[in-house]
Parts: sequence; C-alpha cells; structure tokens
Amino acid sequence: MSVQASSVVPPVAVAVGAESPSTLRNVWRRLLHERLGLLGLALVALLLFTGIFADWIAPFEPNRINVPDRMQSSSLTHFAGTDQMGRDIFSRIIKGSQIALIVGVSSIAIALVLGLALGMLAGYGPRWLDNCLLLLFDTIYSFPTVMLALTVITLLGVSLKTIMLVVVVSTTPVYARLVRTSTLSLKNSEFILAERSLGAGPVRVMLRHVLPNVVGPLLIIASMDIPSVITLEAGLSFLGLGVPPPAASWGRTLNEGYNLIRDAPWIVVAAGIPLILTTLGFTFLGECLRDMLDPKLRRII
Amino acid sequence: MLAYALQRIALALLICVVAITALISIIHAIPGDPVTIMLGPRATPEMREAKYREMGMDQPVPVQILRFLGKAVIGDLGKDMWSKRPVTVVVAETLPFTLALIAAGLGWAVVLGIPLGCYSAVRRNSAIDKFTGVISVGTISIPSFVVAIYAMLIFAVKLKWFPAIGAGDRGDLADQLHHLVMPAFALGLGWVGYLARIVRASMLEIMGEHHVRTARAFGLRERSIIFRYALRIAILPTITLISLAFGTLLSSAVFTEYIFARPGIGKLVVDAVNFRNYPVVMGAVFITVALFSLGTMLADLLIAKLDPRVRSSL
Repeated sequence: MSVQASSVVPPVAVAVGAESPSTLRNVWRRLLHERLGLLGLALVALLLFTGIFADWIAPFEPNRINVPDRMQSSSLTHFAGTDQMGRDIFSRIIKGSQIALIVGVSSIAIALVLGLALGMLAGYGPRWLDNCLLLLFDTIYSFPTVMLALTVITLLGVSLKTIMLVVVVSTTPVYARLVRTSTLSLKNSEFILAERSLGAGPVRVMLRHVLPNVVGPLLIIASMDIPSVITLEAGLSFLGLGVPPPAASWGRTLNEGYNLIRDAPWIVVAAGIPLILTTLGFTFLGECLRDMLDPKLRRII
Repeated sequence: MLAYALQRIALALLICVVAITALISIIHAIPGDPVTIMLGPRATPEMREAKYREMGMDQPVPVQILRFLGKAVIGDLGKDMWSKRPVTVVVAETLPFTLALIAAGLGWAVVLGIPLGCYSAVRRNSAIDKFTGVISVGTISIPSFVVAIYAMLIFAVKLKWFPAIGAGDRGDLADQLHHLVMPAFALGLGWVGYLARIVRASMLEIMGEHHVRTARAFGLRERSIIFRYALRIAILPTITLISLAFGTLLSSAVFTEYIFARPGIGKLVVDAVNFRNYPVVMGAVFITVALFSLGTMLADLLIAKLDPRVRSSL
C-alpha cells in the first residue's frame, strides 16, 4: 500500500499545518456531514478519552486480584466479566487503551521525524547517499514486519521499548520514501530554484520550503498507520512477546482469553472489540480527511 | 529486458547481503549480548566463552558476515541450538505448511476479491458495489488474529464444524484440508476486501482511458472490452500487490499458526524466540527475507513482461 502511494504523492500537496483557519473550519464543517467520517472521529475521540482518563474511568483497579469473583461472565458489576484471577476485564481493556495509545502515537511520531529527516536527506542530498539510503530502505522493507519484530525481540528481550524500536525501524523507511519522492519533485520546482538563486542554503530550503510541502500528506498517512501499530503491539503481546505482564495490554488480555476460550469466551470477545473499533475509527476518519484534503490520493490508497 | 532482469536480480541478492550485514552488526551494536540472554544470568564466564566460540561470535564482525554468507550459499545456516539439527532442515520441514496456508488464504481472496472489484467497477453505484465498499473497509479493519480467534470461537468451539488445532493427519489429504479451512479463512478475509478495492479503483481508471474508448468506438462487445482490454491492465497493480502481500501474509501467518497450533515457519520462529534458539531465528528470518525479495523480483519481471508501457520505458 505504502509502496504504491510513494510513487504518486503529488509534487505540491496541500499542507495541513499551513491551512488558514477558514479552510480548517471548512474541513470541520464538511466532516460533520460525512456520516462515516463522523463515526471515525467519534471512535478515535473515544480511544483518546479512555486512554487519557483510564485511571478515572476504570471501575476497578485493572490488576486487582479478587479470587472469590473469578471467571464471572458479563454482569452489571463486571461489564465484560472477570478472568481466572477475578480481575475485571472491562477495567483491563480501558487501561489497555492507554498502552495502545502510548505505543501507537509515540512510535509513529518518532518514525515520522526520522522519516522526514532521512527522506529529505535522500531527496536533496548527493546521489550516492540517495542510493545507499534507498538500498537500506528496500532491505528493511524486505523483512516481514512480524519477523523483524521477532528477530529484534530475540536480541533485546521483551519490553515496551523493544516494540517501539521495531515500529520505528519498520515504518521509518515508508515515510522516508514518500518524503524522498516529493522532495525530488520539489527540488527542481521554480520557487525553489528561485530561492536557491537568491543564495539560500540547503538547510534553509529544506526547512522553510520542502518541509511544509511534504508534511501534510505525510501526517494523514502516518495517522492512518496508528491502528496498524496498535495491532502489531497487540499481536506481539498476544504471542507473549510484547508488553510484559501484568500490564493490561489488549493483546495480553486476548491471550489470557484465548487460553480460556472454552470456559470464558467473554474475555476474547471483549478484548477483540476495542482493536476492531480502533482500526475502524482511524480508517474512516483517515479516508474522510484524505478525500477532503487531497482528492488525488483517493484512487490510490 | 535482459539488462533489467540482471539488474533486478543483483538488487535482490544485494538486499539479502545487506539484511545479514545489518542483523549481525546490530547484534554487536546493541548493549547486552544474545549469549547472556540465551544462557541466562547464572551462566559462568566459561560457559559464555564456549558458546561464543561455538557460534563463531569470537570472530570480528566482517568475518562473521562473510562466513554466514559463504555458508548460506551452500545451504548451511547453522545448527539448531537444542536439537543440533541443521536449521535448513528444520525450516524445510515447516515451510510447506506455511506456504500452503498462505496460498489457500490468498487463493480464496483472489478468487472472490478480483471479480467483486471488477463487477463493482463495471456496475458502479449498484447495490453490490455499495455492499462491497462497506464490507471491504470492515474486513480490512479487523486484525487477522482477531478474525482467527473469533472464527475459532464460533466455528470450532460453539458450532464444532471445524477442528480447532493442528494441521491434520499426515497423508490424509481430506483431513488436512479440513484443518486448513479456518486458518485460510482468517488469513484471507482482509484481502478479499483489499483486492476488491484495488481492482475496482484500477478498473475505473482504465475504463476511462483512450484505448477503451477506441475499442468502444469500433463497436466491440462490452464483455470483450472489459475482459480483453480493461481487466488485463487493471490486474497489473494486483500482481505487485500480491507479491508484496507475501510479507504481510507471512506476518499474519505467524499469528494464525500460533492460534490454530499449526506447524509452520511462524510457529517455528515464535517457539525459537521463546527458547532463545538464536540460530533458528536468524536462519528462518533470512529464508523469509530471501523468499520475499525473490517474490517481489519475480513480480517486477512479470510486470515488465506483461505491460508494454513498462517494457518500453526500460
């Protein structure tokens, strides 16, 4: 998907950050008329809300063991039932949104900054550097993400930092390639040639002119990647190789439910739902924003 | 064309070399070392020393890289830490299961997704088109391991239509296929929607092009225009996509194999990670990287062969 997109980023795309207030308000107004976009916005807002206020919303302490109440199915006190140790699943899922959010947003942010820097360097720098970086990107791209993750985990051990490292390593090349393509096409555009002929150095050109032009579409694509990062974290935690216990990651809850799938099916049902809703939310919102800001991308992604 | 093919083959080889170089360099760059992780905190320095020598890690990095590559060429990827069997044999035993799973998962997605996308594009805004649109976003959004767990819960635990675990008895094809249904379903579901979307978008674009208009002006039948002039080109992005899909599908297969307790390269690597079986992880990952770059290379060459526009630009 990303490889497809890399070749078609329009040379001078709309920069979200540089929108005037009226356009932003315009986007907002149009978003309110798109049913799916609005649904996406609501789901993302819900994730943000539960993530930020998890400790206040959760009806129980997520790691509190309460053996007398173990293995209860859904009830008014325990909306999503309890597990083998009597921990409240609903509270664990709410707490899990915090972990998901931390991993998703922070690692994508790091990858974005790195991708911008490397991409501009490859696009604007000397030819040999461009070729070296491209080879590096292609190599990382040839690793199936989960395989890369498993390799890194074998080497570094299980931790939150390892997961974030994996995400940064595997997504940076995607962004860097996108940035490189737009930088290359911007490099010879008239306004940059004019700027250079007035004596602007490469750093100034990159920061003042290239950056604002490439950052917009990149932000949209990156925000659409957040759910896949959350899914990766959940998947690795599901394999027991993600966030170490007793942290209430969605993947870990899913794994605990998977081991009890015959006796306590409510755990897997409850733990799968937030993952689906998160992905749906970001997808609906992302597609809606993309259509509004950049109709050219519509056909591609 | 020949020059392009050679160039493309060289790139694929180069990627494998860079991948190994990066892996071995990273091992040395990171704080802490795999041997300590492997042997645990109570290992004596002598034990570590011996392990280092056994794995060839006492050599300088460039020597290790060359040695790994040299051995890889003759099919030697080292030995399993615990069972002492060659990694190539261990991987070769499990790989067919994974390839069968991927082929089945992708297979049903292609058989359903491409006609669905084609139909949606031809009958734009019809009920089927709208239905396909909603369904594809929905199926793309559900992580494959959640599909797998839900499918297991519904079809194996509750309805008992399909077996929950294993890959079936050796030699009993019907039993093996029966065991393959649910994993393949879980693996392919997202791709049905995805392929339908890509083919639809690509078809819509092609149907507006000049050569289709010319074909119409010549009075060709609509059916022949769709299949011989539009779909033939619209299918090309799908080929690239399918070759890239191998990587994603392999990632999903790791989860699917774990959930349905199927033998396969994914389960092999996950078990190897849990037992710190470092040579198996390295070897298996190297093989998947090699397969993946081989796949994308073949796809690029196939496209150059099929699409006159790409061929002429070479």
